[in-house]
Amino acid sequence: MQHAWLIPALPLISFAVTGLFISPMSKRAAGVVATLSIVAAAVCAYALAWEYFTAYPAGHDHPALVPWSYEWLRYQPGLTVNVGVLVDPISVLLMIVVTTVSALVHIYSNAYMHGEYGFGRYFTFLNLFTFSMLGLVVAPNIIQMYVCWELVGVSSFLLIGFYYSKPSAVAASKKAFIVTRFADLGFLVGVILLSYWGFKLYPDWTTQVGAAQNGLSHVQPVDFAYLNHPAFLEQFAGLGATFIGINLLTLAMVLVYMGAAGKSAMFPLHIWLPDAMEGPTPVSALIHAATMVVAGVYLVARLFPAFAFSGTALMVVACVGAFTSLFAAVIGTTQDDIKRVLAFSTLSQLGYMMLALGVSTADHAMGYTASMFHLFTHAFFKALLFLGAGAVIHAVHTNSIWEMGGLRKKMPITHITFLIATLAISGIWPFAGFFSKDEILASALGNGHTFIFGVAMLVAGLTAFYMFRIYFVTFWGPHRTHGADHAHEAPALMWMPMAFLAILSAVTGFVPMGQYVSMGEHEAHHGVNLAIAIPATLVALLGIGVAAFLYIGDGSRATTLAARLGVIYQAIKQKFYFDELYLFVTHKIIFRNIARPIAWFDKKVVDGGVDASGWITRTSGLLLSYLQTGQVQTYGLWFTGGIAFVVLVLWAALV
Amino acid sequence: MGLVSWLIAMPFLTMVAVVLVPQKHWRAIRWISVVGTGIGLLLTAYITYRYWIEARNDVDFLRTATLTKLYLVERVPWFEALGIQYFVGIDGISVSMVILTSIIIFCGVLASWNVETRTKEFFALLLLLVTGVFGVFLSYDLFLFFMFYELAVLPMYLLIGIWGTGPKEYAAMKLTLMLLVGSAFVLVGFLALYHASGLNTFDLQALASIHYSDRFQWWFFPMIFVGFGVIGALFPFHTWSPDGHSSAPTAVSMLHAGVLMKLGGYGALRIAVYVLPEGAKAWALFFMALTTINILYGSFGAIMQRDLKYFTAYSSVSHCGFVLFGVAALNLMGFKGAVLQMFSHGIMTGLFFGLIGMVYGRTHTRVIPEMGGLAKVMPWLATCFYIAGLASLGLPGLSGFVAETHVFLGGFFGNPWSNTIATRVLTIVATLSIVVTAVYVLRGLAMVFQGPINDPHFEELRDATLTEKLSTGVLVATLLFVGMLPWLIINLIEPSLYPFINRLNGVAGNVVAGL
Repeated sequence: MQHAWLIPALPLISFAVTGLFISPMSKRAAGVVATLSIVAAAVCAYALAWEYFTAYPAGHDHPALVPWSYEWLRYQPGLTVNVGVLVDPISVLLMIVVTTVSALVHIYSNAYMHGEYGFGRYFTFLNLFTFSMLGLVVAPNIIQMYVCWELVGVSSFLLIGFYYSKPSAVAASKKAFIVTRFADLGFLVGVILLSYWGFKLYPDWTTQVGAAQNGLSHVQPVDFAYLNHPAFLEQFAGLGATFIGINLLTLAMVLVYMGAAGKSAMFPLHIWLPDAMEGPTPVSALIHAATMVVAGVYLVARLFPAFAFSGTALMVVACVGAFTSLFAAVIGTTQDDIKRVLAFSTLSQLGYMMLALGVSTADHAMGYTASMFHLFTHAFFKALLFLGAGAVIHAVHTNSIWEMGGLRKKMPITHITFLIATLAISGIWPFAGFFSKDEILASALGNGHTFIFGVAMLVAGLTAFYMFRIYFVTFWGPHRTHGADHAHEAPALMWMPMAFLAILSAVTGFVPMGQYVSMGEHEAHHGVNLAIAIPATLVALLGIGVAAFLYIGDGSRATTLAARLGVIYQAIKQKFYFDELYLFVTHKIIFRNIARPIAWFDKKVVDGGVDASGWITRTSGLLLSYLQTGQVQTYGLWFTGGIAFVVLVLWAALV
Repeated sequence: MGLVSWLIAMPFLTMVAVVLVPQKHWRAIRWISVVGTGIGLLLTAYITYRYWIEARNDVDFLRTATLTKLYLVERVPWFEALGIQYFVGIDGISVSMVILTSIIIFCGVLASWNVETRTKEFFALLLLLVTGVFGVFLSYDLFLFFMFYELAVLPMYLLIGIWGTGPKEYAAMKLTLMLLVGSAFVLVGFLALYHASGLNTFDLQALASIHYSDRFQWWFFPMIFVGFGVIGALFPFHTWSPDGHSSAPTAVSMLHAGVLMKLGGYGALRIAVYVLPEGAKAWALFFMALTTINILYGSFGAIMQRDLKYFTAYSSVSHCGFVLFGVAALNLMGFKGAVLQMFSHGIMTGLFFGLIGMVYGRTHTRVIPEMGGLAKVMPWLATCFYIAGLASLGLPGLSGFVAETHVFLGGFFGNPWSNTIATRVLTIVATLSIVVTAVYVLRGLAMVFQGPINDPHFEELRDATLTEKLSTGVLVATLLFVGMLPWLIINLIEPSLYPFINRLNGVAGNVVAGL
């Protein structure tokens, strides 16, 4: 456990070495070294998980340990940031997910990216991402979380814009960075609020409760252990200070949630994720499906006690999550680009995870477990879906599902693995998604959120529908194009990671997650609640049935239906025009009405003022220079005139 | 002659050597300059080491001191009748600024490798300017300080006027005149301090041991602060900077934006806040509001710029706003953030201007929309540009983040003398810049380096040469170094800032002087 720091360090070292030395020499070697470093990190992560859960077995207390930390930045005495490694159930869980998926994606990419321009750069960035994500996962304090948060943002930016000569990729990468950056503004302000009050309340808290007594003697005001501590939360919430009537704790948590919502692409900050599919497909699998986008969920989970203390903040999480999951699922039913459908499904599933957190309370935190469980299973089946889509795109050279078709015979392994993942995400027994989804539904109903439960049920049906829609269109029916006709099965380096993920998607549902990851009281893994599982399965089967009815065959039924729906269908297909709205706000309002006037004001008014003062000086000099004629007569005239004037004035004054 | 004097003399001696070489050996001139500034760099490293060895034992002493402690001091009477002396030394703030200057001039000389017209005069003036900059950062006698200050400003006129591009005479004139107006304010302030103290000395430490009357401080704090603010690009006195920077040749822009603008922040902190703490308390909120405008105004102004240099100049206006914002926060984190931001912005903007020069040397255009896809033909330059851009938007792991979070936290923590609600609101308004900066940096860089290659001529362009790689590599390494190991430089700076805080909290000296 002392060597837990190796897990984020290995990708970092590999990033530096690959980027600086290996990639310029040999592209192939860069791929191999990068891959090996992640595999090594994965081995370390498994060893850590083994060690941790042997020391603290299932069903027992799982303490949060910081086996390694180092003073990095001292803002002022009493406000120090220690970079470190936090080991607790959710960080171990995330480390396993991140290293596993990352290792598989690295292996897959060696084949998928073969011969691409910038092969070495690709692996360098991928390593940077993996390091940042692991650093985020193990962060023991909110500043390290923010630091790595920004770093995953930038690695995502670099990878979305990997094909940088393609304008759409460039636009998508900018959009992703700027939208998430806007969200991070909220996060930053939240961090500032928490650091400030964490620092201010620190002395009180230590004297009143006694830090040592809580086993937290070296805790810093920005550490999660402190921020989540009931003693701190009570004081913070009880400050009585409010901002426009909102309790400060709630305000801070909502601001932090804004950051989480940006990274996890919650409505209305979701617009960057579908566009992020411009990146290479393995990147979409790793970053924009399995790992980075769940960082928001992880952040809320990490600060769960604080969120739970402010019930309002958690309610916001629940509502936004539920709305996003429905909203995205509806859009997902109409998209034609296979990766975009998957992107909307990711949005929807992230909403699901957020919803699960939101419906929990400090006492009944089954949703917390359910959310982490779904994060875990989703990472595998969603990564698999993307890798499968990648294999298909690799073979057919198009993203549009309408240019595919009939691939189940051409690409049997891809077909089987894709089907397993599709069943998993649709929540069909015995695949992984069934169990985690069931737990989410149970926790929503269990805590009395009937409406949210209803929404979640509807989303389950929609998910099954749109996933089987792309499944049927892609793998069944006739070969719609020449490309589909000549498709070949993916090479072994690609299908093996997919097969591995397929096994995980099939079996991870049986992991007794409640025994490992829980908040507060240990609730037994509730098993399968038939009263919920049966209707949920029926809804999913209904979705599949409708998809089969509409899309097996030539798809003419679907076209007719779309035409019937008319305007509504168009609105959904255009993603409710949110991209246009954002474009309008940034270009028409911010650029045209703020940035341009400021540039003008600076040039004309501020700078004009400077030029004017120069002009006045020169002009007055010029005018005065007319007095210096050099003619004695003129001077004499002025002299006499002056004397006369003075005499007159004196005379007037004296008489 | 002591170490510090050698450091000031080094560029001057190099200048003398350069002057003695005939123009036809212009290749030798640049080698002399590189060697001279390289020795300066080594000397700086040694001085830093000596400073750290001596200063680390004084941390506890400084926690309660009201006067900053100087190291490697040299003091020689000069005009005794007027109380003017040659008084140089070093403390934590100086040392960080000296490191910055040494790095920038070294890289600046490397970036001017291809100046062929009047090479001799160019390098001579550049080195004279740097002598002035070192002098300012190391003198503790106000007269000497002012002398060096003017020495740093005036060569700029010739450097821009002769080797510049575009409307260079206009820009040179505007820059020089505006900076001189600023220094006129500063001079009046200095003379007021000299007379009000009645000590018949320009010794900064002696002047700081006097407690000036509140009325005096209220009048002269803003005078000195604004005087330095002009060179520190304080809104609305910043307009010399876009024109000046865009017309200046590469190395001059690097030095000017990288180092000279720091004289403003340095002077404002070192002299205005240090000597006149009561004035600082009275005016802090006002200047905080003004610098908040700076931060946002500069970043919004940058979005619509079409010329790469204007773009960077506006971004500098925004970033220099952080420096003065940190100073106006009047607490340890704010001051530390201000010094860190000076350092970080110096390196970052030096890198920016260096790179712009290199790109311009190849494409012969600086108009952003005319470029495109350059990453493909010049990957090294593009990578460095992106690193500079990411530093400028405050990406963690690069120096900008460390500085900006200090400034934000400093502003939010506030001080007992300004309305807390107001400072907090201003801080949150200022944080908006992290988004706006991301917008203009990514927009600008995407237009230059990404997308398809617009102009077929660009296909044949070459990536960085070896000297260019060295020059940019050093700067990038510094950005990364400070970003990843910030405590190293913080440990140098922080102890010297304690006295500033103690002075604000307590009463400095007991003699009351002034209006």
